[in-house]
Amino acid sequence: MKYKSQKVAYWFFAFSMLLLVLQIVYGFIMGFARIGFDNLHEFIPFNVARAVHTNLLVVWLLSGFMGAAYYIIPEEAQKELVSVKLAYIQLISLAIVAVTAVIGFHFNYWEGRKFLEIPRPLDYLVVVNVLLFLGLILTTLFKGKQQTTTALVLSMGLLFAALLYLPGMLNFDSQVMDSFFRWWVVHLWVEGVWELIMGGILSFLLIKLTGVDREVIEKWLYVIVGLTFLSGVLGTGHHYYYIGVNKIWLIVGGIFSALEPLAFLAMALFAVNMYRKGEKKHPNKLALYWTLGAAILSFVGAGLLGFAHTLPQVNIYTHGTLITAMHGHLAFWGAYAMIVLAIISYSLPNLTGRKLYDSSRGRMAFWLANIGMIGMTVAFGVAGVAQVYLERKFKMDFMVVQKEIAVHFVVLVLCASVFTTGIILYIIDFYKHGLPTDEALEIKE
Amino acid sequence: MLSKKQARAFFLGGTLVTFLVFIGLTVYSLSKGNDQTHQENLTAEVVRGKEIWESNNCMGCHTILGEGAYYAPELTKVVDRLNQRYDGNGEEVLKSILMSPTPWQLHGRKMVAYGMSENEASDVVSFFKWIGNIDLNGFGEIVGIDRKVSPLAKEKNNN
Repeated sequence: MKYKSQKVAYWFFAFSMLLLVLQIVYGFIMGFARIGFDNLHEFIPFNVARAVHTNLLVVWLLSGFMGAAYYIIPEEAQKELVSVKLAYIQLISLAIVAVTAVIGFHFNYWEGRKFLEIPRPLDYLVVVNVLLFLGLILTTLFKGKQQTTTALVLSMGLLFAALLYLPGMLNFDSQVMDSFFRWWVVHLWVEGVWELIMGGILSFLLIKLTGVDREVIEKWLYVIVGLTFLSGVLGTGHHYYYIGVNKIWLIVGGIFSALEPLAFLAMALFAVNMYRKGEKKHPNKLALYWTLGAAILSFVGAGLLGFAHTLPQVNIYTHGTLITAMHGHLAFWGAYAMIVLAIISYSLPNLTGRKLYDSSRGRMAFWLANIGMIGMTVAFGVAGVAQVYLERKFKMDFMVVQKEIAVHFVVLVLCASVFTTGIILYIIDFYKHGLPTDEALEIKE
Repeated sequence: MLSKKQARAFFLGGTLVTFLVFIGLTVYSLSKGNDQTHQENLTAEVVRGKEIWESNNCMGCHTILGEGAYYAPELTKVVDRLNQRYDGNGEEVLKSILMSPTPWQLHGRKMVAYGMSENEASDVVSFFKWIGNIDLNGFGEIVGIDRKVSPLAKEKNNN
């Protein structure tokens, strides 16, 4: 750690870990409900569990990104954060919004719009919160000694993510229009500006972990984020195939979303090559595991599994089935969850001064979480393919098919248990690092 | 070999061009001449139905236009499907499910008991009927009644 104010990142990461645990709990509630054990239905029906599960995912990732920014920006700009006090206020207000939203979901207080269920009054609080965050980050960056490409790409991603939240607040009478602009938020976040954030964090980690020249890494960062936008913006069209808008999206969405894996492939090749090229062998092996893991699994989850059902002639059968859940789980895990866990693994020893670089607990956490998540993805995939054939091709009733595929959710719950064991080990490691301290300033990274 | 400056130009230029094309296509596909939703049929009942749909987060279990949670049936074309199954009484069946004070549970999977009023249930049905008439570029045939049913599936469905 080079600047005292970087310590604030620790609390954002700790908040992320708390929400991740809650997210997993609600995931289990849904998994068991799909097998037939929905004993909590009266208090936590499936739609509540689902809204909590997906919204907590978004909030813990955002909290992780914010923590990453509070850690990276002072170091890149070579300047203390302009106000640590305001950063803590921002964290507390984020926590208030998240807790209120989660409790509200249990009392039918929500907007029933997938991924954007947070009710409107809380949306305004989110806007204020994010404005405060951006104010702190951008002021620090532009008052700093330098504005590196890594810091600019990361900040640009965060700024655009905030701007793109706004189309989701538009009101429409038509379900089609509602859906159309909802994807401006959701798709352009996860297949657009969030990749800038991911790219920025990845670039920072590769510079620190491999020792490859910053100029080389940042040049390729531009190429990767360029590819991301080139394919991802028009790739939004793959959400527009079958929701009641013009057929032109079948062509445009089909072509450009088929190109989307290229950006992820480039990212994976970039990370692996930089690692091989690097002469510096940083002792923080766990951070390296998570960094390279993120680059590779994002290609598999977001790139390959996305491609598997993105062509219109395939998607007409898979649209609205568990195939989407298959892709969604590995994509979010590989691209975003793992990069947040990577920056946490890198920064924790620097913030606390405790160099738990290569503990067997940390390695077990990495492997169990990844094996568990890949197993879950396969279970969703098998269930999804079976659903597509039985329901969409053989035209069996939805619920008849659900009974047929319930067994795959037993496998899902088993794999989720392996995944959870990994996450618990990760959090124990997090806890064992202790609290951040100013004494860590004197320790060489 | 590509320089950093060229890489930046590729990023900024590519983003700008694709974003402008995206905006252009959005304007084109949402223009009146390209309406596939029968906007003129978007009555006050349909809008109220959508509000009920959203305020209860029905999408948290069901899917509509293929979007939702895959836990409960797709509701695009649901009126047609129930009409076919219940001799033209699809709307009544739907209303009775929405108005039921106890959880509806076909095949053991429970739905929240919304206990809606007759008017509310009727608005939701209007919303479903409006959705059912949208031209979905072929997806309507996948989830609608004009789909072919295999003998194997017929046998399973009837059991």
